Amino acid sequence: MSAFLVRRLLRFVVVCIGVSLVTFAILHASGDPVALIMPEAPEADRASLRDALGLADPLPTQFVRFVANAVRGDFGNSFFYREPAFGLVTERMPTTLALTCLAVALALAVALPVGIYSAVRRNTVADHAATVVVFLGQSMPVFWIGIMLMLLFAVQWRLLPVSGWESWSSVILPAVTLGAFTTPLFMRIIRSSMLEVINLDYVRTARAKGVSEWVVICRHALRNAALPIVTVIGLQFGLLLGGAVLTETVFAVPGVGRLLVRAIVQLDFPIVQAGVFLLAMIIVTVNLLVDVLYVYLNPTLRLR
Amino acid sequence: MAVTLSREGLAYEGSTAAGAGSRAWRRFALNPAALAGTLILLVVVAAALAAPWVVPHDPAKQSLLHRFTPPVWQTGGHPSYPLGTDQVGRDVLSRIVHGARISLLVGVSAVIVSLLVGVTAGLVSGFIGGKVDTVIGTVVDVTLSFPQILLALAFVAALGPSLVTIIVVLGITGWERYTRVVRAEVMALREKEFIEAARAIGVGRLRIIFRHVLPNTVSSIVVMSTLQVAQAILAEAALSFLGVGSGRAYPTWGQMISLGRDFVTVAWWLPTLPGLAILLTVLAINLVGDRLRDALDPRAV
Repeated sequence: MSAFLVRRLLRFVVVCIGVSLVTFAILHASGDPVALIMPEAPEADRASLRDALGLADPLPTQFVRFVANAVRGDFGNSFFYREPAFGLVTERMPTTLALTCLAVALALAVALPVGIYSAVRRNTVADHAATVVVFLGQSMPVFWIGIMLMLLFAVQWRLLPVSGWESWSSVILPAVTLGAFTTPLFMRIIRSSMLEVINLDYVRTARAKGVSEWVVICRHALRNAALPIVTVIGLQFGLLLGGAVLTETVFAVPGVGRLLVRAIVQLDFPIVQAGVFLLAMIIVTVNLLVDVLYVYLNPTLRLR
Repeated sequence: MAVTLSREGLAYEGSTAAGAGSRAWRRFALNPAALAGTLILLVVVAAALAAPWVVPHDPAKQSLLHRFTPPVWQTGGHPSYPLGTDQVGRDVLSRIVHGARISLLVGVSAVIVSLLVGVTAGLVSGFIGGKVDTVIGTVVDVTLSFPQILLALAFVAALGPSLVTIIVVLGITGWERYTRVVRAEVMALREKEFIEAARAIGVGRLRIIFRHVLPNTVSSIVVMSTLQVAQAILAEAALSFLGVGSGRAYPTWGQMISLGRDFVTVAWWLPTLPGLAILLTVLAINLVGDRLRDALDPRAV
């Protein structure tokens, strides 16, 4: 266990360095970011901005400085807001995480019962209907789902506000949108994980000795299917955050996603780097936790 | 025993693949979902290829007299604009048909980039192993640590949005799935007897990779590529929706949805119809890919 932990932590550190390198590369991808930021400025102004950003130093020096600052949460001041970029990102993070958690909760509430049911009653009409929903759901852009829900519930029936994040009623549409994007994904994972275990010997034995179907499914099958479900959902966390970025843009939710999309279009590099770095760190940490949890909860691996 | 095998004997694996191919094809063709997907896809591809000759209007031509004409089945619709017009009077049908071009072009090209990068990395990683494998594995881990759409968005904006940038960036941010699958297959194949036999009679490394390993991974690469095209089309739509598309000059579905969103209260068809085009195309590709997987999976016989 401890040997695994050490190896896993080592990989975590290496991946973090890789993430920093990619985030660092965003600024340098164009070759000369200053020409991109102020295309019409005289050369003297450009040179002074280059100095201010430390762009005249050799790249390795810049990278080390970038990492040293990033660790302390310093990504420089936003070009646009003239405030520390890190603070601008972190103060919007709770909104994004709240949206994501709400969506995951909604998706699980739908996908767990439906996924389990279609695995248990495989090849029935209900299972086929669920498969159709999965296919449709995975073929729709999340931002379009959002606009369609907006069209129906906010424009047509005037039940909910079109956008914003002030009241509970304005939270519903974004959460349902991201939930609708997430549900088919979860349904597929839950169904296939349940199918892996539902016909195994011990499940058949439990049925044979007269355990009720409900107990068989929850206590015997689901408990053993739970680990792969958690792992795969953890792996899909990046997709979820990407969906959150798009959902926030559709509904003008004041989260990290909307801030980032704006910053990217305005070439506000400090915010872009801070935001991309922070979101990637969340994903890396979630993956680390899922891996550790997997070993911790799996008795056959714990002893090693 | 392996030593006595002639080179012709080694072709055995290839010949069964051909036999399995026609069986797989029959299984694929008999499925209604796969047929429907193929038909829709054929229509979309034909529309994209023939766009300039089949559309009723120039997709960029504005006609301020006909702004916000609803689709023809609604009151106020105009027969020469079957799917209505947008805020400056451009024909929605013509723009959707032209939009298919960008979607398919970007979808297919980005996947070719991913495929080249990902399959090479997977082959190298699985076949050489050791330190090289660790390095490639780390790069895969790092790639998986970013929301793809965000990374693509940042790099496309930093490099300057253009068709080529979008294709390359989507290709480079979506390669890791190939690497993981090809690597796993190579690892499994490496220990197989026919590879061992080839090695035993002195077949070179590259030849083993290209003649014996790669052909055996083709079916999973084909299946994955179909599904990846669907993902790339969705990603391109998201990029143009967020405003870093291939430019205003040529209509794309994502850009049409983005512009149409501002008029959602007065013209429901503007954001709705291009989205339906995406849905149909991606659904068709997903159906075909899914059935291909079932048909090509030897375990499902």
